[in-house]
Amino acid sequence: MKSSLIIVTFFICGIFAGLFSLLPEFILENDLSSLALYVLMFFVGISIGADKNAWNIVKNARFKIVLVPISVIVGTFIGVGVVSMFLSDITLKESIAVGSGFGYYSLSSILITQMGGKILGVTALLSNIFREIITLLFTPLFAKYFGKLAPIVSGGATSMDSTLPVITKYVGKEYAVISIFNGTVLTILVPFLVTLIMR
Amino acid sequence: MLTVIIIMASGMILGYILREKEKLIKLTEPVITWSIFALLFLLGVSVGTNELILNNLDTIGLTSAVLTFGAVSGSIAVAFFIDRMFFRKNEK
Repeated sequence: MKSSLIIVTFFICGIFAGLFSLLPEFILENDLSSLALYVLMFFVGISIGADKNAWNIVKNARFKIVLVPISVIVGTFIGVGVVSMFLSDITLKESIAVGSGFGYYSLSSILITQMGGKILGVTALLSNIFREIITLLFTPLFAKYFGKLAPIVSGGATSMDSTLPVITKYVGKEYAVISIFNGTVLTILVPFLVTLIMR
Repeated sequence: MLTVIIIMASGMILGYILREKEKLIKLTEPVITWSIFALLFLLGVSVGTNELILNNLDTIGLTSAVLTFGAVSGSIAVAFFIDRMFFRKNEK
């Protein structure tokens, strides 16, 4: 819980820093978040590469591992379908298209803006950013109460990069392999699914 | 995305080479923690500087949050049963 609170604090400080232009121009002009992500991924790579047990779980879970991204797709579609009945300003088709971003907000929102308009595009952007933020913030809780797969399926496509470090921290490096597999499969599927649904 | 995969794969190869140097490997922990903090701060900055997001936060934000709730809880519910049926029985 302590680290979640620190994470929220950093995020809120970031919003205020952006709102009141507290940051020097060079931070906004350069894409520092991708730089930070690259540093992060390099070090996460090192910690996984150095872990001698990391790949053992894959040897025992070859068929099972495929069930994880399938759970994300089936679970997301069912969940989004149910809540869309309570939303008046969005159709079932649009809701499923937003859901099939699986947290990959950059690509899914671009595609959905192209095919479904700006408002739906912003909805996709926000909803998928929320998915990433929720995963970053609630991974400790999800892992504790719903099992080690919960943070991974919550992360969706982000479970291979932006949410992987925090997921790895709470479910262990053995499950990091499942997380990467899940994120990689979903990341590849996002453009296909979004296009198929919006067609 | 490909860039991220390449960078991480290089890290994994380096980590594998250095796997016996346990003290050196332990230094990755604080770097990972602080990179997470930096990324969350920068995510906040990108929300705070984007007018399209700020001006429509009320209505679009609510719809988005409800959709996210459905997506995440649906995924966790399905995965909970998958975990029970296929993953946990192999542990311990």
